[in-house]
Amino acid sequence: MVRIARGIVGEALAEEVAQEAWLGVLQGIDRFEGRSALRTWILRIVVNRARTRRERERRSLPFSALVSAEAAPGEPAVDPDRFLGPDHDRWPGHWAAAPAAWRGGEERLLAREARELLSRAIDALPPGQRTVVSLRDVEGWSAGEVCNALDITETNQRVLLHRGRARLRAALDDYLGEG
Amino acid sequence: MSEPIGPADDMPCQELVEVATEWLEGVLGPDERRRVEAHLALCDGCDDYVAQLRATIVALGDLRDAPPSAATRDAVLRRLGEWEGGPA
Repeated sequence: MVRIARGIVGEALAEEVAQEAWLGVLQGIDRFEGRSALRTWILRIVVNRARTRRERERRSLPFSALVSAEAAPGEPAVDPDRFLGPDHDRWPGHWAAAPAAWRGGEERLLAREARELLSRAIDALPPGQRTVVSLRDVEGWSAGEVCNALDITETNQRVLLHRGRARLRAALDDYLGEG
Repeated sequence: MSEPIGPADDMPCQELVEVATEWLEGVLGPDERRRVEAHLALCDGCDDYVAQLRATIVALGDLRDAPPSAATRDAVLRRLGEWEGGPA
């Protein structure tokens, strides 16, 4: 809950928002109709409270404006140095050095050390990317659910997902890649 | 290193990595999709890249907390039952 809140209101307010949300959960629990999973319902309350709180803190941009800024052009998914230049005579734009295989396979990827690294990497993402990746890939929400909850366009949602995933893949690649 | 020997409109790897998310989301038009899939069939580097992306997504899903045990769930529900309506 705190991680989702943190992406929207920042570190300082995240705990407070998560607690407010938890109270909201307890107050509203008898109205929970079970149409969604309880966990989803709880996180929707967190997102809602976080967004409301963000709007009240007038120093901050609305979350949708932060997202637009983060989605602006300019962040390639992979370091351009990994590719041959556009003037290469045979293979412009192709891998200069192909991605290395990840040592240890699935076991290593799902082991505690990799999980902790991934968790830290998520926390290091810019807030919009962190929120979208957390809701889409960690929590398993659909694109529509994320766009509705955060009030952002599908395109912006996708750009943030793209960039967040790219950074996380790179972080895992540093850890697991050969050489 | 992979040797791309594809058709004239073969998508460069640098372009593929930028449309990878759209492809996985299923929002690419049919022509783009065809170019991506044609390139993946020929390029080990990009095939590995997409596999890594997919593995990353699986690892992210794995970070989701395991559901609480039946005992924990029962205890929480009991507590909620005792908490009648909350603060006045």
